[in-house]
Amino acid sequence: MRIFTAAFAIAAGLIVLLGYFFPTQLESLRFLLIDWAIIIAGMAVLVGIFNLVAVQMEKIRTGQKGGNYGVILIISLAITFVTGLVLGPQHPYMRLAMDAIIVPVEASLMAILAVTLIYASIRLLRRRVDVMSVLFLAIAVVFLIAILPTPFGPLFGERGNQALVNFLEMFSHGGTRGLLIGIALGTLLTGLRVLFGIDRPYGGN
Amino acid sequence: MVAFGFLALAAILLVALTLWRRRSPGSLRLIDAYERLNRAVGLAVESGTRLHISLGRGNLFSTRAGSALAGLAMLRRLSERTSVSDRPPVVTSGDASLAILSQDTLRSGYRAVGAEDQYRFTTGRLAGLTPFSYAAGTVSTIHDESVSANIFMGDFGAESALLAEASDRENTSLIAASDNLSAQSIFYASSQEPLVGEELFAAGAYVGAGASHEASLNVQDILRWLIILAIILGSVLKLGSSL
Repeated sequence: MRIFTAAFAIAAGLIVLLGYFFPTQLESLRFLLIDWAIIIAGMAVLVGIFNLVAVQMEKIRTGQKGGNYGVILIISLAITFVTGLVLGPQHPYMRLAMDAIIVPVEASLMAILAVTLIYASIRLLRRRVDVMSVLFLAIAVVFLIAILPTPFGPLFGERGNQALVNFLEMFSHGGTRGLLIGIALGTLLTGLRVLFGIDRPYGGN
Repeated sequence: MVAFGFLALAAILLVALTLWRRRSPGSLRLIDAYERLNRAVGLAVESGTRLHISLGRGNLFSTRAGSALAGLAMLRRLSERTSVSDRPPVVTSGDASLAILSQDTLRSGYRAVGAEDQYRFTTGRLAGLTPFSYAAGTVSTIHDESVSANIFMGDFGAESALLAEASDRENTSLIAASDNLSAQSIFYASSQEPLVGEELFAAGAYVGAGASHEASLNVQDILRWLIILAIILGSVLKLGSSL
């Protein structure tokens, strides 16, 4: 069975990959396999939610820390899931749940995020004092000052600000491209290892 | 055709260098974060604490899948090494498919060392499906589960600041890498030994995942030099044509 799953996964991966290079011969097969994968991914969400509920149930059953939040989560999930199934996702009640609960909660987390980022920047020099950390922080501060809106217009004048931003972007764009090339190469090699069956995250080895 | 040639070259080099690495293992340059990771694994086993590994929100149908797969390769090796621990590692992710794969990987790791009965499917968790629900679910794991080290490897966004902050509050080790540039800058500011760029993909080689992972690093180096040469050559040709 394990050999079969590995062979099927590798064959599907190779067909999808080769389909990009030989579209006339393999395109229809590639789209068929991708459609199957999308359906399976849809089912995976349901399995994932079952896993989420199981984890919370275990917390509640064993009296772990945060079990009370688990009760709230399961009740909210059940109500939303059943309401969504019966009324449909476009019903006003469902939209209300989205607009009145999910959006404000995520917005408040976003606000906390802004504070957290400033705090992390301040602590950077306490954690690690080296040339790169100082440079990292200094450039971030200069960049923020340069794009800071003031009642009198740009701090260094329109052209001065633009020149400063262009100067800083010259380095940041170069660095970004370097990082992205490295990440792309890493992704390519990771994908090849999975295609060759060396790494089998689907439980084959 | 250039892309196909590049892919074929990478594949041939990977196979050849894997075979070569199996016969003569090489040495890897020191990366402080991975030294810390290996120490944290040993410490977690000895002190009966838990490792928390978070694989991010990398959707397997997007270009972000690479970082998720690299995280899974590392997880496989870590699950083998921590299978003797009283407290098994906990894995959180923000994508349902990734959560299922993390369960499968954990199970494979336990099976490989003959400890499949130790595996619990609740140790591979879906923390949430949106960036901030994922962060909220993961933060509670960091706070409540006797975690001694947090390992974040995968695709994260700005929400990674909340995860790093939670780790800092609990005074736990943080080893973090991401393919996302925003998350990389956040981890750079938040962790003791930052991992930048493609160092994320070196995780497998540094936790002893095998010759193929070491060979991957060699192939990346060779391809990077080829790209550098191509960029220089292209610049020279363009300069020459403009003169």
